[in-house]
Amino acid sequence: MPSIAGYVEKAEKEGKTISQIILESQAQEQEKPEQELFDKMKQTLDIMRESAIEGENPELRSTSGLTGGAAAKVMKRAQAGESLCGSFFGKAVARALSVSECNACMGRIVAAPTAGSCGILPAALLTVMEEKKLPEEKAVMALFTAAGFGIVIASNATVSGAQGGCQAEVGSASAMAAAAITELAGGTPAMCASACAIALKNVLGLVCDPVAGLVEVPCVKRNAMGVVNALAAAEMALSGVSSAIPADEVILAMKRIGNTMPASLRETAEGGLADTPTGRKITQQVFGKES
Amino acid sequence: MEMNVFDVIGPIMIGPSSSHTAGAVRIGNMAGALLPGKPVRALIGLHGSFAKTGRGHGTDRALVAGIMGMMPSDVRIRNSLELAQKAGLEITFEEVELDGAHPNTAVITLWNQKGESICMQGASIGGGEIMVTQIDGMNVEITGNQPTLLVLHSDVPGVIAGVTNYLAMNQVNIGGFKLSRKKKGDTALMTLELDEAPDEKVTQGIRCFPQISRCVLILPS
Repeated sequence: MPSIAGYVEKAEKEGKTISQIILESQAQEQEKPEQELFDKMKQTLDIMRESAIEGENPELRSTSGLTGGAAAKVMKRAQAGESLCGSFFGKAVARALSVSECNACMGRIVAAPTAGSCGILPAALLTVMEEKKLPEEKAVMALFTAAGFGIVIASNATVSGAQGGCQAEVGSASAMAAAAITELAGGTPAMCASACAIALKNVLGLVCDPVAGLVEVPCVKRNAMGVVNALAAAEMALSGVSSAIPADEVILAMKRIGNTMPASLRETAEGGLADTPTGRKITQQVFGKES
Repeated sequence: MEMNVFDVIGPIMIGPSSSHTAGAVRIGNMAGALLPGKPVRALIGLHGSFAKTGRGHGTDRALVAGIMGMMPSDVRIRNSLELAQKAGLEITFEEVELDGAHPNTAVITLWNQKGESICMQGASIGGGEIMVTQIDGMNVEITGNQPTLLVLHSDVPGVIAGVTNYLAMNQVNIGGFKLSRKKKGDTALMTLELDEAPDEKVTQGIRCFPQISRCVLILPS
């Protein structure tokens, strides 16, 4: 089984970044040149950017009518320089919403690691890259770091909301993004591991309770939370704050919490927000309108 | 083996749901590939969660897009119902209840202009992965992740040996094999998972066997 500690140890020993370690081992595993995998990952980043742009359309609405247009509102405020925490923060939130709304409205996205959590990684990477004026190559490499951490989570726990709740989807995406932007901002391999651990710890126990069973409420806004959480975790890790519980153990804790979560809170739309008076009313409206 | 980075950062797909949208496209895709020629009529049965929440996830449009040959990342998926109408494909949806089936299951029956038909049951089992469980009433297990050869033939001695020998002669290695049949001596269906996709001339060669009525090669999407 791959482990975060294993990646960090190998990277430190060889004096490389985690992304280099992942790219090398994947090229070997898949018997393909590194350049080919890099180019494919670059195309992936291009699609992420396209989704972020498509989702900013203020007219965008999902089939159910529940979501669409939120990203446009936040982006407008960010671009006008009115954001509460500066335009960097506003843009990160807007992009997480925008990619998620693109998904809800049947646009093209990259599942990262899932469709329900697809806004977090693009928002984190694109916004940090823009803010710090970093070359695109670095963001592409950071995607390998995110993917490597995602592989560890998927192999040792789960990234499926039906199995582990929202902590497994938005939590994993947030942890992957935290590690990726830590490397992107120049952090060490150990800092990447801390960022991953901190981000995942912060959302342990988060349930998957989609209203009407659709990937919209609360999923779209939880993507905004996911990027903010990733930024906070990366900020701590880059400042030298480490996680008391190592990343690998946090991942196993996430799995155990998922296992003890009742089925009603694992994507079945039977509990939590889905089972509120308004949630039930929306369900009726959505399906009443369609049948 | 280590997981692929593009399984975690990917697939590139049309939203909103990997199981209810991307997986549904792949199920439709498989059904479309099984029918010889272009489909003119489709009867789509939706079971469980596909029936309950499918429309909000675009499952209906995803299945139709797949039947028409679109891939999960095709931006035309959201307009597939209109495109089907333009292409002269008549579609009927119905809710079905299947005993013991996976909650995300569809049963698709397709007809071509000649009146030939195919009936396939498939489930979207998570993360865009699918499992085809029945073809024309015969139990199968097809994921579509490897190049897969489906051979419909008379249930008589020597056909399996003939096909596997023919593949061996053409340097095609078999990674998985399953035989399904309606009853002894009737029609049988071979599912052969292959390590590499064979040339078109190999599938054409298999079609020349007198006991074989249909041979379809399905490539991973």
